[in-house]
Amino acid sequence: MSVDRFTGGLPAVAPSPGTSFTDLLRSLDLAPEWKGSGAVGSVQAPEGTTVLALRYADGVVMVGDRQATEGHLVAHRRIQKVFRADNYSTVAISGTAGLAVEMVRLFQTELEHYEKLEGTRLSLDGKATYLARMVRSQLPMVFQGLVVVPLFAGFDEASREGRLYTFDVVGGRYEEQDFGATGTGGRDAKSFLRGAYREGFDEPTALNVAIQALIAASEEDTATGGPDIQRGIFPNVVTVTSAGYREVPEDQVGAISSAALEAVR
Amino acid sequence: MSIPFYVPPEQLVKDRAEYARKGIARGRSIVAMEYVGGVLLLAENPSRTLYKISEIYDRIAFAGVGKYNEFEALRVAGIRHADLKGYMYGRPDVAAKGLANAFSQTLGNIFTHEIKPYEVEILVVEVGLNGDSNKLFKVTYDGTLYDERWFCAIGGQADILTSNLTERYQDPASLTATIQMVADAFKQVEQRQIDGWEAAVLDRQTERRTFRRLSQDEIAAALGNG
Repeated sequence: MSVDRFTGGLPAVAPSPGTSFTDLLRSLDLAPEWKGSGAVGSVQAPEGTTVLALRYADGVVMVGDRQATEGHLVAHRRIQKVFRADNYSTVAISGTAGLAVEMVRLFQTELEHYEKLEGTRLSLDGKATYLARMVRSQLPMVFQGLVVVPLFAGFDEASREGRLYTFDVVGGRYEEQDFGATGTGGRDAKSFLRGAYREGFDEPTALNVAIQALIAASEEDTATGGPDIQRGIFPNVVTVTSAGYREVPEDQVGAISSAALEAVR
Repeated sequence: MSIPFYVPPEQLVKDRAEYARKGIARGRSIVAMEYVGGVLLLAENPSRTLYKISEIYDRIAFAGVGKYNEFEALRVAGIRHADLKGYMYGRPDVAAKGLANAFSQTLGNIFTHEIKPYEVEILVVEVGLNGDSNKLFKVTYDGTLYDERWFCAIGGQADILTSNLTERYQDPASLTATIQMVADAFKQVEQRQIDGWEAAVLDRQTERRTFRRLSQDEIAAALGNG
């Protein structure tokens, strides 16, 4: 485990890791080890709660609340759960936050590494498959009770449409036609969306419905943090369209959230 | 037991250098030049798919002339080096200076220890953000590292191109004017039809990944025959 190995010369002779960054890490003994020992529940770590995504006319929108919980306690109020995977895709996380954030970092590097080496981006399907593999490699941790379940969405440059994928703990990968949600409040978000979703929403409607779904989840599920107007904490909202990845500015999310909360009242 | 012939080290180095230089002299040149919005890399390249210029990291680009398989191996190693560093520490920690040093070490080792030296010259350029200056590094076949300012040329006609550009270059100009200036220098130096252009920029205005390849249409438009 030496970092000097790449500060002096170049890792030109790494045993053929090809285009995979993870394989490169492994060949240098630097890869993260997804293994654990000890009784289930012996480690308590903050958990990310609800993230959801839905398809609309121009692409996909992904929303995540900002709260991390540890048992019955609020661990963090402002964590980020929705990330840029690359310029045309986004990944959101639920489950053990520390492991999930590391997985996202590795996933981002992996996509960029491939793009630079090959001179072309992976297909959206290829990215989803790779993410599924990463979830599966995490399986030993699942038996320790440390679960990570991502949500992946992006704009397919080949078919010119937004697509989204959900996953299960063992690395199953499922493409969704309309919407997807995961995390503790995922079920409530989905039951809201089941009623509210229509195909071919325009962008303002899609943003609105997505934030309403998150509010619905936060009302049923104590672990999910809805928009917090008092503290000025608003969900992370991103869209991916033919123009690429875009983070919706906080004041816009704030305005939509306020309106949605008003409607609930 | 046979005793190997004694070859004086001066002769050995001279032979190797001559061999490498011959290979590089056949390579078509590449120029990196600072413009107001960042750094331009312009190469003569008849191929539309095999690139000589490529992205290494957020602010860093790479260009190589000489034997394709050799500079391609260096490019891949450079991307690995940068991605490892960025993943282990943070994105701002990946800098051209460390990378150029690593290339210099590697090429120096290959020059003295391998059977044949690499017949390559490479450029590592970094666009300066937040008021920092741009950095242009050139590494030659024997690992010698040059730190240049404003512009830098590699390849067969590098020396003549450099003196030609020294006469032309005043201050950082617009991107279009810079492309024209470098292209004119190429045409004057080569004294023949140029087989095709490859161009890319490190654009200071872009967030995060500043590298952008210019399309053939963009290059043609800049050269005024689009």
